[in-house]
Amino acid sequence: MSGTEVDPPTRPTTRPGVRFGQVSFVWRPRVVLVTLSLAAATFLMFCVSIAVGDFRLGLDRVIATILGRGDAVDEFVIMDLRMPRALAGLIVGIALGVSGALTQSLARNPLASPDVLGITGGASAVAVFLVTVSGGASAAIAGSVGLSTAALAGGLGTGLLVYALAWRRGIDGLRLILIGISANAVTQAVTTWLLATADIRDVARAQAWLVGSLDNRSWDEVRVAFWCTLVLMLVVVAIAFQFKPMHLGDEVAAGLGVRYVAVRAVLLLCAVLLAGAAVSAAGPVPFVALVAPQVAMRLVGTPTPPLAASGVLGALLLIGADLVARTALPVTLPVGVVTAAVGGPFLVYLLVRANLRQRA
Amino acid sequence: MVAQRMTEAGNEAGREAGSEAGTASGVDRIPRLTADGITVGYGGATVIDGLDVVIPPGLVTTIIGPNGCGKSTLLRTLSRLLKPTRGAVVLDGEDIAGLRTRDVAKKLGLLPQAPIAPEGLTVADLVAKGRHPHQSWLRQWSSDDASVVERALAMTGVADLADRAVDSLSGGQRQRVWISMTLAQGTDLLLLDEPTTYLDLAHAIDVLDLVDDLHEAGRTVVMVLHDLNLAARYSDNLVVMRAGAILAQGHPRDVISAELLREAFGLTATVIDDPVGDRPLVVPIGRAHVRAEAGAEVRAEVRAEVPAEARADARADDAAHEDRHTADPA
Repeated sequence: MSGTEVDPPTRPTTRPGVRFGQVSFVWRPRVVLVTLSLAAATFLMFCVSIAVGDFRLGLDRVIATILGRGDAVDEFVIMDLRMPRALAGLIVGIALGVSGALTQSLARNPLASPDVLGITGGASAVAVFLVTVSGGASAAIAGSVGLSTAALAGGLGTGLLVYALAWRRGIDGLRLILIGISANAVTQAVTTWLLATADIRDVARAQAWLVGSLDNRSWDEVRVAFWCTLVLMLVVVAIAFQFKPMHLGDEVAAGLGVRYVAVRAVLLLCAVLLAGAAVSAAGPVPFVALVAPQVAMRLVGTPTPPLAASGVLGALLLIGADLVARTALPVTLPVGVVTAAVGGPFLVYLLVRANLRQRA
Repeated sequence: MVAQRMTEAGNEAGREAGSEAGTASGVDRIPRLTADGITVGYGGATVIDGLDVVIPPGLVTTIIGPNGCGKSTLLRTLSRLLKPTRGAVVLDGEDIAGLRTRDVAKKLGLLPQAPIAPEGLTVADLVAKGRHPHQSWLRQWSSDDASVVERALAMTGVADLADRAVDSLSGGQRQRVWISMTLAQGTDLLLLDEPTTYLDLAHAIDVLDLVDDLHEAGRTVVMVLHDLNLAARYSDNLVVMRAGAILAQGHPRDVISAELLREAFGLTATVIDDPVGDRPLVVPIGRAHVRAEAGAEVRAEVRAEVPAEARADARADDAAHEDRHTADPA
């Protein structure tokens, strides 16, 4: 090893680049191809989800109507009846996928999803409180700000509390998860207690919300979720570049010129708000935020959860799960039942794998 | 001219060393990195109190000292990871606290203790991360970036491993890769926090040879090491710390002495000439398998000279982050 002057090897050892003038990116064909394929699959699933229902439509007619060339009946069925549900699935799926990718990356742990960190639990507890505790204050809150906004606030509050409690000279992924699990347990205890003491009709309403469902979405709800998600995604995209070295740990990131405390605070806030927006639009749909980033990572072949692919895969999973929930059995199930059926075993797989790796 | 600031505890050997360090190295450039009266602590506990140090440019400076003496804390403060409560770290004439994180990263490369790469991250991708301070949202992989990374890979001898996952490498190779990443940052100043932790001796030598290559190529290196003999062999300038203060500083030949080792570490040792080099070699004297005359002589000396407090200090572990030495890396 004489270190002073070494000629670069003839075969390039680094990644190729895509360059136009001052603009340059690393060229990773697999990431681009897989993400585009997932996007195409999601669009297809989106159209199938619209086509399938009591009144069956051909895919060609769905696509024609989306492009604005359908007839009046199709237009009504698709745009007024089915589109809100499909769009809600798309938006909620993207929000959950990106939120999970962010929390998993920031905690450097695949178990750190918004469900595990108590964000969804906090949102649910607040929503159930408003549904079940009838009377002055809660009815007034539910009436004025709406269940969705209150749930969002509950998620945000729990998220901030978990972050504050986990802070000790910085954020350690494992401590964040442990405190998140405790916070989640507390919110679930509160939810259970509220359900146990509530009027039976309120309980039924609360239960329907608690499994997570895309039933009866209105354009208004979709619109709120859309704008929330869009604004948050823009923030995430803008800050994504600063986020890249943070996979190497706080100190390495700091050495590479990243203001990691600020970047992490902003991104965690975005993750919490994305999860909160998703919960307020569709209820606490479980496991999508946990599973999507991990599967996306394996499909794309990156060592860390890819943001774009996680979002797209989240949407694909959620719309697909909703389709299964509507068609697999004679009765329509809430989508949360299907995602839990897929996500539960996946969580076990992650735990077993983490265990094996620790012993290796 | 290497400015030399001694703490009150500085001894004769250390003071001599101070005057010689500058002349021996023949360096009289302006120091780029200095600490002026810094006080650093964690959550109320003060680890370093009013310390001054000047990092001589173009040399390898190694900070040594007993566990918990604040050597990692000093390195982390010099790199801006920790903010001093009093005093300032000055980089190229400016208070480092007032600089943008990104501008610091363009001048000073930092390798923290035992960094961990995400599972499956390739060597080429990790080293490429070193370009981050020079990149922006729209300019993420210029041809300059690519060629600097190529050179960093080649210079650290890890070009053949470019497509391998970092976690699949041996400890020594992995450390070379991390150093390669800080090298890709393109800074003349490198701060390495215990680059040989968890490495066996052969790999430690390999990594330190690489550090020497970087020094030969004109870089200023500051590192923390535990092994005194490796520190003596590979450094031009030793900073010996005890209890948050600098005890002695200078060329290893001038600094390392039996008295200093006793004072800094509470270690009874004899210092001999390195049979293969021109640096001192520390031979520790414990109880086991030491010839009676050497052991008896030293033990008597210890009883007579070493204040009990010095030995207790050496064992105290008040800087929380230095606990990591005892932690299992897996």
